[in-house]
Amino acid sequence: MDHVDGNALAGPLSELFAVDITAATGRCVNCGLTGPVAELRVYDRAPGLVARCPGCGHVLLRYVRTPDSAWIDLTGTVSLRVRLPDGDEEGRG
Amino acid sequence: MARLAETRRETGTARTLVFDVPGWPGHLAGQHVDVRLTAPDGYAAQRSYSLSAPDRVELTVQRIPDGEVSPYLTDVLGVGDPVEIRGPVGGWFVWRPGAGPDVLLIAGGSGIAPLMAMVRARRLAGSGTRFRLVYSTRTPGDVFYADELRRPEPGLDVTHVYTRAAPDGWPRPPGRLTVDDLGDGPPDRDCFVCGPTGFVESAADMLLARGHDPRRIKTERFG
Repeated sequence: MDHVDGNALAGPLSELFAVDITAATGRCVNCGLTGPVAELRVYDRAPGLVARCPGCGHVLLRYVRTPDSAWIDLTGTVSLRVRLPDGDEEGRG
Repeated sequence: MARLAETRRETGTARTLVFDVPGWPGHLAGQHVDVRLTAPDGYAAQRSYSLSAPDRVELTVQRIPDGEVSPYLTDVLGVGDPVEIRGPVGGWFVWRPGAGPDVLLIAGGSGIAPLMAMVRARRLAGSGTRFRLVYSTRTPGDVFYADELRRPEPGLDVTHVYTRAAPDGWPRPPGRLTVDDLGDGPPDRDCFVCGPTGFVESAADMLLARGHDPRRIKTERFG
């Protein structure tokens, strides 16, 4: 089955998080690989989104959006490291 | 809510749409938006499109024959029509103008869109960063932004790779991207690769084989 990558999570997850999660560094529960969420393998031809580790294929994140709620499962993720902008508003524009 | 302000035909099956979006916060080259279409019965379909310009909300849409969203955007949507757009989103696959290192861009098909935003952002900022763009399409008729890419631009080096049919007299026979198409540049460059999944993986493998630092290879696959 064909997949896209974690960049495709940016839009859906922007409804939940105040920062861009695709640039965050995630760590896989199964193999310990760390890398940007943008590099996960994302399967989006289902009712939800499933993001797998590019190293071992383990599921790091599942996300389902229904008309009145969002459900996110991060049991496959040990941690997310998010860079926060330092004071100055960076980029944008 | 966005309104279509103008359109340009890029190829027989692709159209560039320029939107007016009140309150748009601006964006970085490489970011994308989600476009949501809702039918009168409430059925909604959403697709992600890269922004192809740094200073306007501009999307280039390739019509997918059995697609739900793209045929509407390429053939039906008219100037003045409203569309629901969410964004900009994505903070990973972006290029920021400045005195950064040289950049290698590798595009497969409509994967050119976010890379074109980077080329245009470089021009808009008057950046001296050297860019090399390797752009793979099936035929010359599939090239987006053809006139703009044909115009010489200091510091920008464009190489076309044709996989099915090349112009008469073209030195390279048609065929898939190979490591030779990437040129001789040094491996210490920031690389951005965008295209279909298979294309992106094969191009990223070539970059790794040539000694590029995996941390400086950013990829975007669109399935």
